[in-house]
Amino acid sequence: MSHADDHESTRRDFLYYATAGAGAVVTGAALWPMIDQMNPSADVAALSSIRVDISGVEPGTQLTVKWLGKPVFIRRRTEAEIVESQSVELSDLPDPIARNENLDGEAPATDANRFLNPPGQEATGEWLVMIGVCTHLGCVPLGNAGDYTAEGTGGWFCPCHGSHYDTAGRIRRGPAPTNLPVPPANFDDEFTLVLG
Amino acid sequence: MSGIPHDHYEPKSGSGKWLHRRLPIVSLMYDTLMIPTPKNLNWMWIWGIVLTFCLGLQIVTGIILAMHYTPQVDLAFASVEHIMRNVNGGHMLRYLHQNGASLFFVAVYAHIFRGLYYGSYKEPREVTWIIGILIFVLMMGTAFMGYVLPWGQMSFWGATVITGLFGAIPFVGESIQTWLLGGPAVDNATLNRFFSLHYLLPFVIAGLVIVHIWAFHTTGNNNPTGVEVRRTSKEEAERDTLPFWPYFVMKDLFALAVILAVFFAIVGFMPNYLGHPDNYIEANPLVTPAHIVPEWYFLPYYAILRAFDGDVWVVIAASWITGGIIDAKFFGVLAMFGAIVVMALAPWLDTSAVRSGRYRPMFKWWFWLLVVDFFVLMWVGAMPAEGIYPYIALIGSAYWFAYFLVILPLLGVIEKPLPQPETIEEDYKAHYAATTGGTKTLAGAETPAE
Repeated sequence: MSHADDHESTRRDFLYYATAGAGAVVTGAALWPMIDQMNPSADVAALSSIRVDISGVEPGTQLTVKWLGKPVFIRRRTEAEIVESQSVELSDLPDPIARNENLDGEAPATDANRFLNPPGQEATGEWLVMIGVCTHLGCVPLGNAGDYTAEGTGGWFCPCHGSHYDTAGRIRRGPAPTNLPVPPANFDDEFTLVLG
Repeated sequence: MSGIPHDHYEPKSGSGKWLHRRLPIVSLMYDTLMIPTPKNLNWMWIWGIVLTFCLGLQIVTGIILAMHYTPQVDLAFASVEHIMRNVNGGHMLRYLHQNGASLFFVAVYAHIFRGLYYGSYKEPREVTWIIGILIFVLMMGTAFMGYVLPWGQMSFWGATVITGLFGAIPFVGESIQTWLLGGPAVDNATLNRFFSLHYLLPFVIAGLVIVHIWAFHTTGNNNPTGVEVRRTSKEEAERDTLPFWPYFVMKDLFALAVILAVFFAIVGFMPNYLGHPDNYIEANPLVTPAHIVPEWYFLPYYAILRAFDGDVWVVIAASWITGGIIDAKFFGVLAMFGAIVVMALAPWLDTSAVRSGRYRPMFKWWFWLLVVDFFVLMWVGAMPAEGIYPYIALIGSAYWFAYFLVILPLLGVIEKPLPQPETIEEDYKAHYAATTGGTKTLAGAETPAE
């Protein structure tokens, strides 16, 4: 008697769990496409690569281009800006990591690890290429502004919540947690920059 | 539906009885409208009607605006201008919708602070309170997404900053942000889904409003004394209450008329007073406006978000304890959402058995300080994040949390409350002279002889 009861209850339990399990899987399978449709669509996700002509960029000026929906700053730094940036001690930086996608992830945020150099040229440190999106909440920082310029040139200030970046785009003060990231980029020739 | 004893609907006509046996909908409407309501309710109990009106106004004007609006990045800004200039009466409809959001938030803040002062959140109305907070959060989400639709500079950068909040979540933040935006930055996918959700959420709110009303019709309304309506017998309940219809409906409609007079003056004569001129510049992903400010109703929370930077000791401590997982950015986000969470938890944080602030001599002061704090945060949220302002924001934020997490629990223990009236009837009689036929009979006054 009890044996038969046990047997029946086990059978019921099995059916119950099997049904509930199948129900959960089916519900999940039905829900996932509804969630996944909100991820970037194929045309948006297709990693784009753009070529930028930078021959017209004079020292002390900046070109802003749109790449992957975000602004990219291409700045040709002046001598004063480079010297200012080189004189900063690593220990003074809130974020000591270079955040340069062209280097390995642990590279320190020295000035040399922040700029890009055209092929076959002496490393002058002129070209600073960064994604111009404040690492705090995504505003576009203003150029030649903030408390860490080289006598008024270079340096960025985010007007939204007051983050100050220095002449190498490194965070110095304010709520932003990391330096402005350097995107994957390289020079095709002296005045052609390839982003992506 | 109500727990307070009162007369129920009895169908009298043949057709009434026929319908009642099949669908008691008239009975449901009767019981809802005739609910016994404490007769001592003051003018702070009118905001519910104002809020219901706002929801209706926003849904009706919103559906009409959607007939003329185009949720596409190249066309959205122009389609709003098309509504403003070409659609018949379009400028009025849009200004009503735009300022309707402001009226909605004026009313909801008054409603929430009313609840905080008179202890409406306390047992047994916790569920009403929680649902109310949920409605408030949905309102904020709806208002935020609606503000993105005109695709002006403030729309775009507001969307960037607010979705950036989700990017601050450790480990999964960036994926969540990309998922919300549908791309690496705010773009067409974002605008399109925000339009879809902005259309959907008001109906979710409407559903929750029904549950909200259902909940407080079950517990009965709170009232300025915080003393419960007597439920021992129908006669006693009737001496504490009046039916919602017609007494309170008329009172509420009068208040609504006064409020609408002010509202229409703003809509008619200064429709852009509460807006930002920057939003009449089309969205530009390469240029951030010099000074990003959210709409006024988000400013207190925005101030809390900005208050916590890396120099504040609690942020340093949180970062150290969690091994850097909680940084200043994430802390600010937690604080902003936490400010609403602590409010939602008020029923369990307030240890005082006395409901109404009227009988709590110490509580009163802290409460009014919270109201002042709310306005200070609103003001400082509109100021640039430099100079003295971050410090004011920090003090204001600290008080907001202290009120809910420290003051409310402690006051219940150390405060000696004032004596409360036994019944609502007793309190009512103490305030209002007995009346005969609508004329006040002054105590002691005799009828003039001949």
